[in-house]
Amino acid sequence: MTVSDVPPLLTVRGLTKSFGGALALDDVDLTVLPGEVHGLLGENGSGKSTLIKILAGYHAPDAGELSVNGTDAPLPLPPGQSRALGFEFVHQDLGLVPGLSVTENLFMGEIAAARKRFFVSWSRNERRAREIFKRYGLRLDPSVAVDDIRPVDRALLAIVRALEGLRTSADERPTLLVLDEPTVFLPAHEVALLFNFVRQIAASGSSVLFVSHDLDEVREITDRITVLRDGRRAGTVSTAATSPKDLVRLIIGHDLEDMLPGGAHLEVAKTPVLLQVRQLATPMLRGISFDLHAGEVLGLTGLVGSGYEDVVYALFGAISADGGELRIGEKHIPLAALDPHAAMRHGIALVPGDRQRNGSIPSLTAAENVSLLVLDKYFRTGLLRQRELDRDVRAAMTSYDVRPPRPELDYGAFSGGNQQKAMMAKWQQVVPSVLLLHEPTQGVDVGARQQIWSMIRGSGAASNGTICASSDYEQLAAICDRVGVIARGELVGFLTGDEVTKERITDFCLRSSAGVAATVSTPIEGLGSFDVSAKGQTE
Amino acid sequence: MTIDEKAQAVPLKKGRQEHEERRWLSGKVLEACALPIAWVVVIVVFGILKPNTFLTQANFSSILASQAVLVVVTLGLVLVLTGGDYDLSVASVVGLSSMLIAILNVNHHWPIGWCIVVALLAGLVVGAINGFFVVLLQVDSLIVTLGMSTFISGLVLWISASNTISGISTSLVKPVIIWRLFNVPLEFYYAIALALIIWYVFRYTPVGRRLLVVGRSRDVARLSGIRVGAVRWGALMTSGLIAAFGGVLYTGTSGSAGPTSGLELLLPAFAAAFLGATTISPGRFNAWGTVIAVYFLVTGITGLQLLGAQSYVQNLFYGGALILAVSFSQIVRRRRGATTR
Repeated sequence: MTVSDVPPLLTVRGLTKSFGGALALDDVDLTVLPGEVHGLLGENGSGKSTLIKILAGYHAPDAGELSVNGTDAPLPLPPGQSRALGFEFVHQDLGLVPGLSVTENLFMGEIAAARKRFFVSWSRNERRAREIFKRYGLRLDPSVAVDDIRPVDRALLAIVRALEGLRTSADERPTLLVLDEPTVFLPAHEVALLFNFVRQIAASGSSVLFVSHDLDEVREITDRITVLRDGRRAGTVSTAATSPKDLVRLIIGHDLEDMLPGGAHLEVAKTPVLLQVRQLATPMLRGISFDLHAGEVLGLTGLVGSGYEDVVYALFGAISADGGELRIGEKHIPLAALDPHAAMRHGIALVPGDRQRNGSIPSLTAAENVSLLVLDKYFRTGLLRQRELDRDVRAAMTSYDVRPPRPELDYGAFSGGNQQKAMMAKWQQVVPSVLLLHEPTQGVDVGARQQIWSMIRGSGAASNGTICASSDYEQLAAICDRVGVIARGELVGFLTGDEVTKERITDFCLRSSAGVAATVSTPIEGLGSFDVSAKGQTE
Repeated sequence: MTIDEKAQAVPLKKGRQEHEERRWLSGKVLEACALPIAWVVVIVVFGILKPNTFLTQANFSSILASQAVLVVVTLGLVLVLTGGDYDLSVASVVGLSSMLIAILNVNHHWPIGWCIVVALLAGLVVGAINGFFVVLLQVDSLIVTLGMSTFISGLVLWISASNTISGISTSLVKPVIIWRLFNVPLEFYYAIALALIIWYVFRYTPVGRRLLVVGRSRDVARLSGIRVGAVRWGALMTSGLIAAFGGVLYTGTSGSAGPTSGLELLLPAFAAAFLGATTISPGRFNAWGTVIAVYFLVTGITGLQLLGAQSYVQNLFYGGALILAVSFSQIVRRRRGATTR
């Protein structure tokens, strides 16, 4: 590509931003050329979203310069300025209003800002919408509700809306379209449609900043890639000239071969199978099968939108599965009919991820929250034995180091870490044989995080098993014996033993969507349907 | 922080914590007792203003007995409210129950026992139908019970041909309003017995606890293995049954049934339920808070009427109390939310 002679559309120099002493961005440069699809790549917390939010005028940077089409622009950007400069943003949630029609969503901004008229002509707007879609080569019915169109069409609609908004405000100048994780909710075959559209936009002279943590997608669609790591620019490379291995090195900072040894891991092959999952299907998951061994802590992970977290909720009956079977011992349980009540009777427990919404009731006391599952045990001769219950809850809170261990306090009065520990205490009361966890340390301080990890390791030691769904690779490396990676609704392989390191998991997740699990060493016996290389098998 | 500093900081911190806790606790106790105290104040004020009419035993026994139906209906409502739903059909179920007893007993000469059984079953059926729409079809309970309320009042007009039916068997009237204990009609004690049961269920049974959790968060309840649908359905049916029992007392009190009987209870029931939730255990609908709220409201109304206020004062009082009680509990909730997070 002969882009080097053209003045850049966007130049960012020395961008720095800290939040409460922690550097989110440290002297970051970024150059986007006209007509270019530029990838912005990095792990969670690498600074991608901070950078975008500065471009949107949402954050004020501590230092840094910005110029657009060779003209300097002041930072921080005043409200509305980013649009006037020709920036438009499409986030992964797309910002469409469900229940409204395609036309209504398309002209939302215009209607919201309408100062000049009281009357909105919908027949005229539908005609305009048709013309716009025709111009972009889209086949969309303007009159249907956005809920009734394909996910990819929703994404395309959001992009068209963004571009149209720019066309009117930026006077046909070259523009910058920022796509923030636009593919996470799209099925694989629809991603190609989106990419075609993105290429079309770039061909028309606009630039696209494509933000993602999916390595394969970024490699497919971009011309150049800027990689951020820990708030710094790790490098800007030409996509065609860079191998996946080099990109991974840029993202995680060193070669995979340098990886740190993992913790002590159970040799799962030697312990009996506790639970078998066969062909678990949900709207996100396409027939997942795996075994959980006794004493094992099994991690499940994947990129945002891969559906990995659905597994634990479906196994608890908290979301309805379309199909599949759960086998515990001799029991064969159809997953489509499972509900939490039944799951608990089978000895399954779930500590859900969203503590405030799904796990607890802040306005009730700690005792009421923690004892909820075992109330019947304290109901004797027609009375709930409150004193005995309080005593046992206090003991449980003490053994899980919930501070202060006072059952009578409102649950909402405890700190995040203590709330989470209390949740662990709540679910351990029922002594589950299978403990399901989703993001067990989200919003928890470092000390509590370590404590919860050792609780999870401790609970997995007996004859029971734990499944932990998380996108926190450091956490998975710390607690898991095995980590299964899910991409686009399919289980693409496992990391076991010494492979369970943060780096390996990161690499596997970033690359899994291509379906080529190059670094996986352990095939899943008898489950077939995907091909993994046999390099360095542990058996 | 050095060890010395730590050693000093700990008792300091502990002392402050204890102090704050004591203050917090006294605030909490005051909050819990505010309504009973206000009730006593109202009694004292009216007692001073109208010692000869207000401070009479006849007045008190009349106040206690006349509001028994309202206490009963409100206790049923409190069950549903605790479970996070509304039941606007309770008042019309009182009318339905009452009219069924009157028609069967007076027009068809059924024995009063069977009339009562049919009336209670009718209340249960109404609750079951409410539950069907609310739980199975997932329609908002406010809408379902609003429609049901009007539907039932239409039904009552129809079966009664818009006539008041009087001449109910004295075997119902006697144990409700004639027979007295400590010079207060037995009706009052039935209401108190029901309050005792609701208090017990809320405080000493897992079912009561689960109902509370369902009301606070359906998601948490479901993920804790509670059968949310069954609990909500059960609360609606129980509320229907209790409202029908209220209808039995209503019929026994007046000895008759009118085509619009009971409908006037709806707003007072809501006012008392929400006002009751600000006392005893603030922030929670509770049995004794409900009883106190009912009698607080009616004491105020009776006192004002003795001072010469017209009947409009009743509407002013109940309407105002509903709005103030709900506002008050919102403020309390927001304040607590602010301090805990």
